Amino acid sequence: MAVREGLLAVLSERPGHGYQLKSGFEAATGGVWPLNVGQVYTTLDRLARDGLVDVSEADGQRSYRITEDGVAVLGAWWDTVPGDEPPQRDELMLKVLLAVSAGKRQALEVIDRQRKAVMALLQYHRHKPPAGDPGLAQAMVTDALVARAEADLRWLDRCEERLEAGS
Amino acid sequence: MSEMLGLQDVSKVYGSGETEVLALDAVSLSVAAGEFVAVRGPSGCGKSTLLHVAGGLEAPTSGSVSVAGVDLGTAGAAALARLRRRDVGFVFQRLNLVPALTALENVMLPLELDGTSPRRARAAALEALAAVGLRVGHGLDRYPDDFSGGQQQRIAIARAIVGQRRLLLADEPTGALDTLTADAVVELLASLPAERGVAVVLVTHEPRFASWADRVVSLRDGRIVDESVAPRTEADLAAVTGS
Repeated sequence: MAVREGLLAVLSERPGHGYQLKSGFEAATGGVWPLNVGQVYTTLDRLARDGLVDVSEADGQRSYRITEDGVAVLGAWWDTVPGDEPPQRDELMLKVLLAVSAGKRQALEVIDRQRKAVMALLQYHRHKPPAGDPGLAQAMVTDALVARAEADLRWLDRCEERLEAGS
Repeated sequence: MSEMLGLQDVSKVYGSGETEVLALDAVSLSVAAGEFVAVRGPSGCGKSTLLHVAGGLEAPTSGSVSVAGVDLGTAGAAALARLRRRDVGFVFQRLNLVPALTALENVMLPLELDGTSPRRARAAALEALAAVGLRVGHGLDRYPDDFSGGQQQRIAIARAIVGQRRLLLADEPTGALDTLTADAVVELLASLPAERGVAVVLVTHEPRFASWADRVVSLRDGRIVDESVAPRTEADLAAVTGS
């Protein structure tokens, strides 16, 4: 996760102190990417060094504001498509590919194990009782988890079909 | 909870000699009253055969099947027919609604065939239609072709649960529907166990639909290779995912 661009995105809304920026980042990302304070200040120092944020100090507290260069860098980041080197090197794909090279039986065992875990994740989200209004960010994070789990399951099914067809 | 459907060491063989196909291979499965079980697996894995055998549409080559405590292998033809009329409902991808009957008449049909009076059959049909979200205002005196695909599937589900049915067997019921309508139909199926105490067995190749179930059974080459019970807590989930 690009914490640097994430902080710039929060700063593009309004200037803030380090702790405010950390809270703003975590709220915007549905609480799934907690940051530690040290990481926030290190990143802000680098952004200041690169001229992407201005730092001012009052009453012993440092406040940060995005610069024009910062806005330009953030704009470029919005336009970049993530994972532009397909296929993405995700661990699930790596595991299955390596298992296939060890033979069909091993591959099917790995597919079954992975499918069980991903299906359990999907079932968990389906059956989880709604804990009040989760908020837009948290709801969208859950949507992403569900969509990825569905895609992973479909891919694992497809792998199984290919293995069976090739036998 | 009491067992509504029980398969014990069930095998099903089609053909013989070189053309012999083992569609089910020593499958054992128990579904409790009020439980929602999804059966998934690749094409030809035996999931539709399992459903047909469970509902008494086909007899197993070996092993035993019981529905609501009745052993289908030893029950007579009359008892089997009664079981299918009163206790078991089927929903298929093809809706199998009778085009010459109205929506309401389609849902009344199984009860009338069973000798229920038209007045009682009508009341029960209206109740079943209400349970799937269709009421008098939806034009229940219209014919199936006048309804959308999703509404027709709801009518088919109402027909499958009308009266006191205790087991609903659904074979790819969303196959002919668009994604949003299919989601709504599966959510409806998922609500039936809690609301009506019906046991539901859903055959589907689609993981997003299977995940609504309390338990997902995976078949391969006619054998159960995995069962996944829905984790109810984060600790349950961690026990499965290992994270």
